[in-house]
Amino acid sequence: MIPIEFYLVLSAFMFITGVVGVLTRKNAIIVFMSIELMLNAANLSFVTFSSFLGNNIGQLFVFFVMTVAAAESAVGLAIIIALFRNKLTINIDEINILKW
Amino acid sequence: MENNLLITYLLLIPLVGSIFLLSLPKEKEATIRIFGLIVSLAAFVLSLLIYFRFDPANAGFQFTQKLMWVEKLNVSYFVGVDGLSLILVLLTTFLTPLTLLSSWKGIQKNVKEFTFFMLMLEVGMLGVFVSLDLFLFYIFWEAMLIPMYFIIGIWGGPKRIYASVKFFIYTMFGSLLMLVAIIWLAVYASGPLGVFSTNLLDLYQVGPTIAKQIQYLMFAAFAFSFAIKVPLFPLHTWLPDAHVEAPTAGSVILAGVLLKMGTYGLIRFCLPLFPQAAIAFAPYISVLAIIGIIYGALVAMVQTDMKKLVAYSSVSHLGFVVLGIFAMTQQSMQGAIIQMVNHGLSTGALFLLVGIVYERTHSREISDYGGIAKVVPLFSVAFMIASLSSIGLPGLNGFIGEFLILIGSFKSEVLNSWWFTAFAASGVIFAAVYMLWMYQRVVFGEYHPTPKLEHLTDLNTREMIVLIPIFIFIVWIGVYPTTFLKLTDAVSASIIHQVTTASSVLVK
Amino acid sequence: MIQLIYLTVLLPFAGFLLNGIFGSKIKNEKVIGWIGSGTIGLSFLIVVGAFFETLAFPVEQRQHIITLFNWLSVGSLNVSIAYQVDQLSLTMALIVTGVGFIIHVYSIGYMHGDKGFWRFFAYLNLFIFAMMNLILADNFVLLFLGWEGVGLCSYLLIGFWYDRKFEKSTTSDAAKKAFIVNRIGDFGFLLGMFLIFLTFNSLNFNEVFTRANALNISTTVYSFIAIFLFIGATGKSAQIPLFVWLPDAMAGPTPVSALIHAATMVTAGVYMVARCSIIFASAPAIMTVVAVIGLVTALFAATIGLVQNDIKKVLAYSTVSQLGYMFLAMGVGAFSAGIFHVMTHAFFKALLFLGAGSVIHGMHDQQDIQKYGGLKKYMPTTYKTFLVAAIAISGIPPLSGFFSKDEILWSAYANAGFIYWFIGVVTALLTAFYMFRLLNLTFEGKHRFDVQHIHPHESPNLMTIPLIVLAVLSVLGGFIGIPEIFSGEHGNNFHGWLEPIFANAQVRLAQYGSHTHFEEILLMVLSVVGAAASIFFARHVYLKNQKIAEHTASKFKGIYKILFNKYYVDEAYDKAIVQPIYKTSESLLWKITDVKLIDGLVNGTASVIDFVSGKIRKIQTGVAQTYAVVMMLGIVAALFWIIYSL
Repeated sequence: MIPIEFYLVLSAFMFITGVVGVLTRKNAIIVFMSIELMLNAANLSFVTFSSFLGNNIGQLFVFFVMTVAAAESAVGLAIIIALFRNKLTINIDEINILKW
Repeated sequence: MENNLLITYLLLIPLVGSIFLLSLPKEKEATIRIFGLIVSLAAFVLSLLIYFRFDPANAGFQFTQKLMWVEKLNVSYFVGVDGLSLILVLLTTFLTPLTLLSSWKGIQKNVKEFTFFMLMLEVGMLGVFVSLDLFLFYIFWEAMLIPMYFIIGIWGGPKRIYASVKFFIYTMFGSLLMLVAIIWLAVYASGPLGVFSTNLLDLYQVGPTIAKQIQYLMFAAFAFSFAIKVPLFPLHTWLPDAHVEAPTAGSVILAGVLLKMGTYGLIRFCLPLFPQAAIAFAPYISVLAIIGIIYGALVAMVQTDMKKLVAYSSVSHLGFVVLGIFAMTQQSMQGAIIQMVNHGLSTGALFLLVGIVYERTHSREISDYGGIAKVVPLFSVAFMIASLSSIGLPGLNGFIGEFLILIGSFKSEVLNSWWFTAFAASGVIFAAVYMLWMYQRVVFGEYHPTPKLEHLTDLNTREMIVLIPIFIFIVWIGVYPTTFLKLTDAVSASIIHQVTTASSVLVK
Repeated sequence: MIQLIYLTVLLPFAGFLLNGIFGSKIKNEKVIGWIGSGTIGLSFLIVVGAFFETLAFPVEQRQHIITLFNWLSVGSLNVSIAYQVDQLSLTMALIVTGVGFIIHVYSIGYMHGDKGFWRFFAYLNLFIFAMMNLILADNFVLLFLGWEGVGLCSYLLIGFWYDRKFEKSTTSDAAKKAFIVNRIGDFGFLLGMFLIFLTFNSLNFNEVFTRANALNISTTVYSFIAIFLFIGATGKSAQIPLFVWLPDAMAGPTPVSALIHAATMVTAGVYMVARCSIIFASAPAIMTVVAVIGLVTALFAATIGLVQNDIKKVLAYSTVSQLGYMFLAMGVGAFSAGIFHVMTHAFFKALLFLGAGSVIHGMHDQQDIQKYGGLKKYMPTTYKTFLVAAIAISGIPPLSGFFSKDEILWSAYANAGFIYWFIGVVTALLTAFYMFRLLNLTFEGKHRFDVQHIHPHESPNLMTIPLIVLAVLSVLGGFIGIPEIFSGEHGNNFHGWLEPIFANAQVRLAQYGSHTHFEEILLMVLSVVGAAASIFFARHVYLKNQKIAEHTASKFKGIYKILFNKYYVDEAYDKAIVQPIYKTSESLLWKITDVKLIDGLVNGTASVIDFVSGKIRKIQTGVAQTYAVVMMLGIVAALFWIIYSL
């Protein structure tokens, strides 16, 4: 058996990569990809614990998360398209209408 | 305690009237104006009805009505009048139709909104004078800020936004302090009373027993808010801007009624609720009042804008009223109350008159005028009567108030010094200076027909209808003040009694 | 008639309302004039009736109070509109309504053709209304109403021709000066009233004076009351230091000067001191102050009058000077002598002013006496009556001025001392001198105007008949006050009539030893001889040898300049008081304190908040990622905190 730490560390690395991506990348689609990466890291954690605790609840929850992620991506991408139609850019740094 | 609906009707008439007004089409300006006038006149008639059924010998509150409002907080809709409230209610309902009538030609755009705001303002003002529950009082106090803000901000002069924002925030700043004090007082009172209460009559029992330090702070919070409204030096700087930029109707109501709300608050709340604090603070507040009298007069003297001059004269006059309140003798208190009414009438008349010439020439600068007695004799006579009333010529109303205040403060035991009166009395000299000098520069002298003065015509019938009732009262109060003094005689005596007996109670 | 005394107040008021409201519509001057004069005439008749009724009463019962209604009643303050008919008020009322009526009739002629004719009579009636309130009042507050009311009418009437220039400024400026200087006096008067209320708990004359008589109040309190009341009197009656308004008041029409600034309003201060005699008598220090100020003012004004060239100015300073005599009388305890002089002065000063008006009218509004000369052949009646008045004011027997002035001088000597008498006599000599200088330069000698172009004429009957009436009064008026040495024990009718009013005061004042009749007669003779000498000297200088006057003026150029410029008092007041107050108010109080400091604080608070908000809002970058960073940092911090606290 592979020790649980390996899975959790992998999950952590994926999550951090996602966070860094969200915080630093300029392209909105890349940010969305990073968010998906974060969600999948969480999924990995869920499955890991489910397997090691012998409980199915974790795996069930993964379904929830995936559904929500799918819905959220759909809506998010729709917003990006609308944003692009108005501002002709998806560079997050340039979308600052709510600036002081 | 009777459950009398008259006062609620008095509040409802302008309220319902104004809401109904909103449904009228905005093109029918004449209909809207007439409707507004009728509503305010109806309120006046109702207040007269209350006056005739009022018993002046009874110092307590009459026509009271108490309905539970917020059970959990023990806040009730508690209204009633005594002599002091009644005389101010009468002043309000008397001045409102006159101001609506005076703005017939002056307000040309958005007539519907203007009339609506004026009527809502009337509701707010009346509510302040009749509420006997602190919470309710606070609501009405804040409520009258909003229509005033709009009236100055929309229909005012060039710097109107600055003036109205200044007025609003300055007054609200004071009111917030008062809110803190109200809540503190209600919580404090829940000890002796057993329950959180904002009922004024209950709080009258609790007030004098409050510990000295706390009482001083509460008094300061209340007094600060009222002092801003009065206005008491040095919290007066919102007044010149607000008065100058407001339209004529706004100025008249502002000077005539709104300023009285401050002094009313001092008498109704500060004195009986915090008697020991009132007596302790009295000399200091009187000093501020006297500075206000002299300072206001001297600054008024050097103004070049007629409206600003009258605005500073208000600071001076209300200094007398505050002095009268804190001198705490029967004469000075009666004088203060009657002077509140007098100031409303005479300064109201002055603002109306300035507004009348402004409507024609669009200038308020004294230097643009001169010798207009030749072309507008009726106006000159009216202006003279209003000026003499403001100066305090015996035979007219101003003298009664000033004389009573001065003689009362001379023998006041609370102030205990002639110097207060001596300095305050010098105000009569300065009042004559600034008023007569303005009158002379505007009305007397040689008349040079400049383009600005081209459209200067004399008073028309509508304007005379507005001014004549005011002048009737100016003369009536001056010659036979007993009619008005007897309304407030019992109340003044009772308030002074409340303060002086309570303060002899030892408090830690 | 006594019961109807309130009509003497209401009738003039009715006249004011009638002429004021309808006057501009009534085109006939005679109607307006006779409405105005008629009300005063009726009032005079009522006063005369009341006078005879009062005479019929025994001496102790000569006071009646007629109450109209309760005016002001708060606590222990109880003031009514009530009128007191007693010897003093009747005397004043006779003067006011009598001389007032004469002047009203004169004005019908004088103001002929003026477009403000109706306004003039309305104001004059209002004035009589206020004056009657003043002298008939039975309490201080109603007196004060009249006091301020006459001040108002004085303002309205001085500035009557409101679009005219006057000397360096305008008539309105002169009017405003009068009102404000009066107000300064009123400030003192108010303080006196308050102190009276505090001490005696009443403002009603009878109550105050009875309590003053009965209670033991310290002299200090009396002194304060008296000095405050006296400040009011100096304002209204133009004494030092508040006399400066009276010469400027000559900007008004001449009947106004005659009525208000000679015969009636200015005597209000004297009346008030007389009415409050017991208060003043209880404050010996203030009595001295009153006497000294009266005396100094008398001398001071007389010296100024010596060199003035405007006919009305000479008379104005003469009035200030004569008022000084009246206060001298009050100050030495000769109250009835002072009132006697009020009466005789009313006669001859009104006559002088009306005569001056006649001259001005005849000379087409020329007021400079240097441009007069030899007018007696053009205006004989005016000349003769003016001469009578001049003789009266100089104190030559048996005209009225002699009796009243002499009684004052004698009382000054007997009660106060030689120096008072001496300065009084010097002033009397100066009075005679400047009066006859005026007469000679105006009526006698050669013409100093262009006879071809200026045709002086005598005034119409409406103007000359009043002059004659006043002249008769100036001649005969003195006989009711013949001093005891001539008329025996109860001969001085005037003094006897007023005695009960001042009885309590006289008791307070210690009797100043006794003086012999011989001294009295000697002093009398001295003053008469001196006055006569003055008259002849004036005649000599101004008629025969004008060079003496010019020579003296050039030799004492400095003094002449000071006198001509009225000791620069107006300029001094302006520099020391008016300008500083104005400049300080404008620059320090308004521009700096109000606008920069207080408002600056308010606006400053707003800008501080503005500044801080400006800095804080930079946090809102609008970019979602910065918010995400902050969120992330917050979560990390929270996690650390939770983990560490576990």
